[in-house]
Amino acid sequence: MEEDVRLMKGNEAIAHAAIRYGADGYFGYPITPQSEILETLEAEMPWETTGMVVLQAESEIAAINMVYAGAACGKAVFTSSSSPGVSLKQEGISYIAAGELPALIVNVMRGGPGLGTIHPSQADYFQATKGGGHGDYHLIVLAPATVQEMADFVTLGFDLAFKYRTPAMILADGMVGQMMEKVVLPPARPRRTDEEIARQCPWAVTGKPATRKPNIMTTLELDSYQMERNNERYQRTYRLIEENEVRYQEYYTDDADYLIVAFGSIARICLKSIEEARKQGIRIGLIRPITLWPYPYKTITGLSKRIKGILVVEINAGQMIEDVRLAVEGRVPVYHFGRLGGIVPNPNEVLDAFKHNFPEAQ
Amino acid sequence: MTTEDIIRPENLVYRKPRLLNDNHMHYCPGCSHGVVHRLIAEIIEEMGIEDKTIGIAPVGCAVFAYNYVDIDWIEAAHGRAPAIATAVKRLNPSRMVFTYQGDGDLAAIGTCETIHAANRAENIAIIFINNGIYGMTGGQMAPTTLEGMKTSTTPYGRRVDLNGYPLKISDLVAQLDGTCYVTRQSVHTPAAVRKAKAAIKQAFTNSMEGRGTSLVEIVSTCNSGWKMSPAQANKWMEENMFAKYPMGDIKNTVKK
Repeated sequence: MEEDVRLMKGNEAIAHAAIRYGADGYFGYPITPQSEILETLEAEMPWETTGMVVLQAESEIAAINMVYAGAACGKAVFTSSSSPGVSLKQEGISYIAAGELPALIVNVMRGGPGLGTIHPSQADYFQATKGGGHGDYHLIVLAPATVQEMADFVTLGFDLAFKYRTPAMILADGMVGQMMEKVVLPPARPRRTDEEIARQCPWAVTGKPATRKPNIMTTLELDSYQMERNNERYQRTYRLIEENEVRYQEYYTDDADYLIVAFGSIARICLKSIEEARKQGIRIGLIRPITLWPYPYKTITGLSKRIKGILVVEINAGQMIEDVRLAVEGRVPVYHFGRLGGIVPNPNEVLDAFKHNFPEAQ
Repeated sequence: MTTEDIIRPENLVYRKPRLLNDNHMHYCPGCSHGVVHRLIAEIIEEMGIEDKTIGIAPVGCAVFAYNYVDIDWIEAAHGRAPAIATAVKRLNPSRMVFTYQGDGDLAAIGTCETIHAANRAENIAIIFINNGIYGMTGGQMAPTTLEGMKTSTTPYGRRVDLNGYPLKISDLVAQLDGTCYVTRQSVHTPAAVRKAKAAIKQAFTNSMEGRGTSLVEIVSTCNSGWKMSPAQANKWMEENMFAKYPMGDIKNTVKK
């Protein structure tokens, strides 16, 4: 398959991008607003073309354990779900992190807590960036703002997961999952052969040839001293990721007096608000973190030394604002504007909220 | 005649399977796990499929199965072994994939994964150790604990009005169209060990040949959990466990 320009939903883009990436397997369970990922994969029948396995599992729990299993075999495997389903996956995600396994998890967030709503939300920021499951671990968390990024982050997520042997998550909101946009799909690349997997992943569980010792994927270690060493190894990987993989986008920060910090599709709404503000003579810049972990603390710290205040806009009750405040270290006021319950604010609401918090800016 | 004269291949009547390594087993004396581990090692060696075999270890007493049988293993979260085996087999169709699970792992927390893997006719073998008790955590009630049986969480005996009935999950699994072979065996006598070996070999062959899901239940003793000597436990098992969990094939659709 050559590079292709298509109009499609963000969820569909993820499915097509995964087939073109050469993914070996997908295991999922239906939940709104992300069921198009499983539906698209079933309709595309990649097992007939690339040999990719697609399976509708009996639950989110089974699906994430299938991902753990596939990753343990050195395969490029992924799953997707939405907030309540991702809560169910947390135990398995902790095992994947502890097993130092590469895997991709997609969360197309809906409003919570509980069964919540099926409409867009960003309320799983804490869960995604601060752990989520048990134990000391991190996921590489990518926040797409466009359908193009839904496709691009499949490749980026898998590549980072294999580079660092750690799970990566695409943390999308329901809006970017459901909306249709133009997307450039990458040319297809073949799935890795068994020989390539054995070379890339010498630890993979493949069946033991006489030439090596058994490969055993376990996360159990009853010797506390060894378990401490394991944890220190995980932490070294996380420090390396923090040093090398921070990604973000800046808009209008050169002359900005104030900043808005927002991620995902909300950042695009905020950009509209900022363009309107600039017509009114209010110079606001935008920081859109692309990696929510590792977080662009240094960039925000640097900007906080030459601006007057920050508005953090999220569709939650205030989660990423805690990381912004850590970066700002009290230098300037940091306020929050959010809508809850699946409501997405419009650009005027964001600008009104900005003026309400920073009346001196007008 | 010296010792050297006796140690000759033609005089060999018993040896440790090559795939059973020298690690000290953590199992209690009298426990059935060691015998079943040995059988698995022996069968994989005999079938010549060491390089094609992937085992899935459970949570429970057999959590360290991977320390004893020299093959590639994945250690599963509690109850999830059949889901893990599903993915391993689908992603590696040429491999022989088996799970090794206890009664709590397979028939309580993992019931959903057990039923659905079997219902999808996953080409995997499930080795199910049923000793009617949670051994690893210190002898609590299992789904297969017999009525009236004392455990640390049924100190006055299992009451069906409080705790429900012993779960005959193999009979349940045998109802599913996806299973090709469901059998109940034991390893408490040399004859039983030979039958159990044939059953496990059949299950492994079914996985290799893609015939659907096989489940081999091994009705076992947990003399520590049951608070009996190994000999007493064997007798108690014959008299009580076999009455509820009778020996023999429950289903076999494989043409001999």
